[in-house]
Amino acid sequence: MSDDRPAPVLRAEGLVKTHHGEGAPAHAVRGVDLCVRPGEFVAITGPSGAGKSTLLHLLGGLQRPDAGRIWLDGESTDTYSEARWAVERRKRIGIVFQFFNLVSNLSVADNVELPALLAGVAPKQARAEREQLLAELGLTGKERSMPGELSGGEQQRVALARALVNHPPLLLADEPAGSLDSKGTREVMRLLSRFHQRGQTILLVTHDARLASAADRVISFFDGRIADDATLDGGTPPRRAGISGVLELKD
Amino acid sequence: MRLPLLALLARGPAHGYELKQDLEQLLGSAYPQPNVGQIYVTLGRLEKSGLIEGEDVAQSSRPNKKVYHLTDAGREALRAWFEEPEDEPRVRDEFFMKLALAPQTGLADQVALINQQRRQYLNTMRQLSKLAAAEDRDNRIAHLLIEGAMLHLQADLDWLERCQEELEELE
Repeated sequence: MSDDRPAPVLRAEGLVKTHHGEGAPAHAVRGVDLCVRPGEFVAITGPSGAGKSTLLHLLGGLQRPDAGRIWLDGESTDTYSEARWAVERRKRIGIVFQFFNLVSNLSVADNVELPALLAGVAPKQARAEREQLLAELGLTGKERSMPGELSGGEQQRVALARALVNHPPLLLADEPAGSLDSKGTREVMRLLSRFHQRGQTILLVTHDARLASAADRVISFFDGRIADDATLDGGTPPRRAGISGVLELKD
Repeated sequence: MRLPLLALLARGPAHGYELKQDLEQLLGSAYPQPNVGQIYVTLGRLEKSGLIEGEDVAQSSRPNKKVYHLTDAGREALRAWFEEPEDEPRVRDEFFMKLALAPQTGLADQVALINQQRRQYLNTMRQLSKLAAAEDRDNRIAHLLIEGAMLHLQADLDWLERCQEELEELE
């Protein structure tokens, strides 16, 4: 089999994860194969408790699978230590979470620059990167603010800047609009789409179909397994039929 | 389309093409554009039932145009329209029939039906997202219309999810 395409940014095979807490063991991920190619924007949707966040945590090395393998840019992560995963999360994988996870006693500017400095980027360049990203995300003038002084939508934009400051080939987003209002959701959606258009590979976990519809591939996740994997064409619908029943022109 | 045309005429007299343009501008690109013929037919019917009256206005270089205005009966019909609440949106009963009856036929798999339907909704959702992105930011009414359609779809998708959960439990 010849395959000239570039190596997948992310590949997983046979991932399994069971949570052992109180009561019966929870089979969060039950045998998942997944391949994300450069430039793809993939959304994983499903009901809460389906295991989709656990899957994302496995893919970002935040949790370890009970079984299965993960490759980043074609490189096996089998032998990765915790420390190595932490390095990869600065360089090759950016992550945004539902609750932003900003460092509360660091300014906006420091939150964004920190991962760059930790990755060994010169302070001057880290500052330049930070300035550019914050401007792009409409946060100019908020550099000296503390996270607690910002709205949820603004905090998530800071988190996005932090995740992208080292230009990671892969962006993982775990319910990035989960604690935002409708306006904040639209904002996140617009920004993810914009970064994707510039070539950013994105893997998004969300229960919000509106957010998922920004992706060009949607994976439906049920009970720890992939139930469907659909490429959205987004073509133009026939005008006369109405965009959906709710927009049908009567009489 | 009868009542929306009456509502536009409540502002003041207008001719058919003006009404088409007003409607398009108000509702934006997500709303299926009415064709002008359809508007003229509806105006003819409204006039026949006494809700509006037309008056020919001479134009110098073109044929006469007909300018319509609302009658008292028309204003009354409009008032009655605003007084009545509308029926709730229909559940997608055709899909539900397929889902409910599939096992007995042996011709379709329920989970495959759900997946197929979800793809359809997701594609529509994507189209709506694109429409929203392309729509004039200041046209609040148009954006509300698109958002309404998206929320309906979201509910349909949630419901598909419920169907799937229920079926997986039966396995």
